[in-house]
Amino acid sequence: MDNTTLIAAVSIITSGLTIALGCMFPALGQGKAIANALNSIAEQPDAEQTITRTLFVGLAMLESLAIYSFVIAMILIFANPFWSHFIGQ
Amino acid sequence: MKLSPDQSVYWQYGDISINATLVWTWVIMAVLGIGSILITRKLKTDIRISRWQCILEMIVTGISKQIQEVGLRQPQKFIGFLGTLFLFIAASNLFIIFPFYDPPTGSLSTTAALAICVFAAVPFYGIREAGLGGYLKSYIEPNVIMLPFNIISELTRTLALAVRLFGNIMSGGVIISVLLSITPFIFPVVMNALGLLTGMVQAYIFSILATVYIAAATAESNKKRIPKGTND
Repeated sequence: MDNTTLIAAVSIITSGLTIALGCMFPALGQGKAIANALNSIAEQPDAEQTITRTLFVGLAMLESLAIYSFVIAMILIFANPFWSHFIGQ
Repeated sequence: MKLSPDQSVYWQYGDISINATLVWTWVIMAVLGIGSILITRKLKTDIRISRWQCILEMIVTGISKQIQEVGLRQPQKFIGFLGTLFLFIAASNLFIIFPFYDPPTGSLSTTAALAICVFAAVPFYGIREAGLGGYLKSYIEPNVIMLPFNIISELTRTLALAVRLFGNIMSGGVIISVLLSITPFIFPVVMNALGLLTGMVQAYIFSILATVYIAAATAESNKKRIPKGTND
């Protein structure tokens, strides 16, 4: 197996793992956040506006963690610096 | 696959090139600038105001109310910077309803520039509001051990701001182009509608985080103004 094949194989496997793990754990966190927010809204419907706003901000922050791994996966597949280094030789 | 609007170059001469990011940034700036000049040319304090003035007043009072809720007591000092950030990002994310449009926020250079603006604005407003000593004191809150962590967080949050906005908008474009090759009829439209929601939420997040950072840097001056023992 030469260098380029090795790099291609490792990059593809790693990007799959990155997006899988990077979606799994933020999803768990988001589920917990939404469940707790629904509980609090059920307990105190008056505070719904504040809770919803904070929930959306928090969800977007959690979402961005998944987005980070998506960016890394995209870089590994479409703009891999090691790949271009060996192809350029 | 095209990942960022930097890659579609419209005009090139030597090292100087004009790409989609530049063009659409200037288009948005022109729309926002000329639009607000045209609307504010004849402001009235009548009972009957024009509907455009009504929209603009709603936007401005809405933004300043949000800034106030985060903890900056005088939003008129900060609305020039924070409101512009919000309007620019919101406009550039919402214009995806027009065909042939590439959102400039889907390019890492635009979002990095915006994040660096926030990075520079935090010490600017912090020194102006709390004085040099008060601003530097915010680095050793709650105690001196936290100094290196505060400095690191200053840098990492700038990186996070840039990558968050870029990743969200870029992923919207990538998902649509992947879906176009699999199910070209209904689903890209649905994802585009979702992209409008994400774009609006991201604009809100970006400006609310900038507000939170500035509020944290100017907290010293706020503390002095509140008399002890009052809760509001």
